[in-house]
Amino acid sequence: MGELEAIYAIWLREFKVYLRERERVISSLISPLLWLFAFGTGLGSSVSFSGVNYQQFIFPGIITMSILFTSIFYGTYIIWDKRLDFLKAVLVAPISRSSMVAGKVLGGLTDVMPQVLIILIAGILLLGIKLSMLSILYVFGISLLIAIGLICLGLTLGANMSSPEGFSLVMTFLLWPLFLFSGALYPVDNLPPWLAWVTHMDPVAYGVDMLQGAIIGVQHNPVYLDLAVLILFAIAMAITATISFGRMQQTK
Amino acid sequence: MASADSVIITNQLTRKFGELTAVNGLNLEIKKGEIFGLLGPNGAGKTTTISMLTGMLRPTSGSASVHGFDVLHETPKVRKSIGIVFQEPSVDDLLTGRENLQMHALLYGIPASERKSAIDKMLKLVELEERADSLVRTYSGGMRRRLEIARGIMHRPKVLFLDEPTLGLDPQSRQHIWDHIKQLRDETGLTIVLTTHYMDEADLLCDRIMIVDKGKQIALGTPEQLKQNVGHDLVTLKIKNPNLPALQKLGFISGLKQRDGTVTMSVTDIAKNMQKLLNAAGEIESVEVHRVTLNDVFLHYAGHGLEDEHGEGGYFEREMQSQSNRK
Ligand SMILES: Nc1ncnc2c1ncn2[C@@H]1O[C@H](COP(=O)(O)OP(=O)(O)O)[C@@H](O)[C@H]1O
Ligand SMILES: [Mg+2]
Repeated sequence: MGELEAIYAIWLREFKVYLRERERVISSLISPLLWLFAFGTGLGSSVSFSGVNYQQFIFPGIITMSILFTSIFYGTYIIWDKRLDFLKAVLVAPISRSSMVAGKVLGGLTDVMPQVLIILIAGILLLGIKLSMLSILYVFGISLLIAIGLICLGLTLGANMSSPEGFSLVMTFLLWPLFLFSGALYPVDNLPPWLAWVTHMDPVAYGVDMLQGAIIGVQHNPVYLDLAVLILFAIAMAITATISFGRMQQTK
Repeated sequence: MASADSVIITNQLTRKFGELTAVNGLNLEIKKGEIFGLLGPNGAGKTTTISMLTGMLRPTSGSASVHGFDVLHETPKVRKSIGIVFQEPSVDDLLTGRENLQMHALLYGIPASERKSAIDKMLKLVELEERADSLVRTYSGGMRRRLEIARGIMHRPKVLFLDEPTLGLDPQSRQHIWDHIKQLRDETGLTIVLTTHYMDEADLLCDRIMIVDKGKQIALGTPEQLKQNVGHDLVTLKIKNPNLPALQKLGFISGLKQRDGTVTMSVTDIAKNMQKLLNAAGEIESVEVHRVTLNDVFLHYAGHGLEDEHGEGGYFEREMQSQSNRK
């Protein structure tokens, strides 16, 4: 009971802050649309992959990108809380570290999921993507799973980083590679072996594959494999985030 | 040694950061209902001590218990028993004052039925009712501090830790905070552990003080005891025709010095002896008494002044700094 209230308290804070930082809301809703049109229209309908035009092909990738960037940004944002000592007030409270992580994850989902919804609506209205009610729910479920793992990854990074300066390193060595090698922008059918190998190592690739399966009907891996990887990734990241919060809670 | 009414007991509490020993074998015994001060310059190890007592930092060696719970092995119970106001600002400036308290109420499991009245009571106590629904980012430094104190005591802790509660505040806000702290102790009988590097603050608020320097205890006692140990108040008299032989005969005087018409001396127990002194001195033009301060006490034991070091900026400066960083 107490822990549930604590989770609610942390989520509520995130939610209020989210609504108050309008710039954040607006930019997080607009930027994926920008991507979608810049990329899709730029390469145009001249290119077509897997039997769909390029705009439609990268649509699942754009969803993934939104999830990826928003989740990691959100997670690493706790650096600012740390700097302001605001986080200390939560860390000293008599609640478990897993509740803190759970509250933060819910807060992150509140940030990520509306974006997924907006992009889906844009895709259906403007790109002629056809989705049944059931597949919209399916896409939502997959997005949720991808987001949980990535938010926890972001929280882990934020908890272990001592200053915001380290963030550019995260961008260069983690965020971009995770995205670029995920197969969001190009099909992974005929890649050179080394690149195929890198793609196999990228957890985000399994999310892209799932979403491509759900949205454009092209999936390379068996569903159970994609699902297993995503679930394991989410669990592993939730554990590292919890451990990292524990370390912040009581410094060795 | 530890008596039944001790709320905090530490045994050789020590914390090292690499080569540096930030806290060096502290033995604290803090009684129920007292305001206990840790007084020392910046870097003395005050915050590190508080961090260990609140379960935020593991001791390198030694042990500590708060309200009967071991800080290392029963941390959750310790957390439930304490309230803390950190040295750095820690209220959420993107929430209102009331929302900060609401969040705290949820985190500390204050029952839903009591939440609203508890919050209102706290806001009233620290006189923030009128600004309760403004964002904390519009508060002054003193208001934030008061909100933090309200938050620290809302869940009725057994011990309240105040880490430099008035650091960098203007004189009026400091006075305000002091009034609140005294009121708290008088009305609730709460045990308060306070750190400060302001001697006037320690002197005014604390029942007992431990003076620390470089992680070590250098003196312990009530403010009066500490000052008495160092001894003597300094008296400067301007006298027309000083009667030095008569003064020298007085037993409570030492270190008599004369320069032109001005005579200075150290006097023990000045309240009792002043009259005798004045009677003996001759025709007096002016009297100046310099009471022993904790700064003198500190100087006496540590060999250097208390406010010599100015490493950290004020509360406000850092507050402004962190605000601009956040943008
Ligand atoms: N996390 C840390 N890592 C390394 N050194 C630290 C750390 N925290 C404090 N110190 C050092 O320990 C000493 C005591 O610091 P602190 O407890 O903050 O002093 P005070 O609160 O009395 O000003 C200082 O020399 C400080 O630099
Ligand atoms: Mg300090």
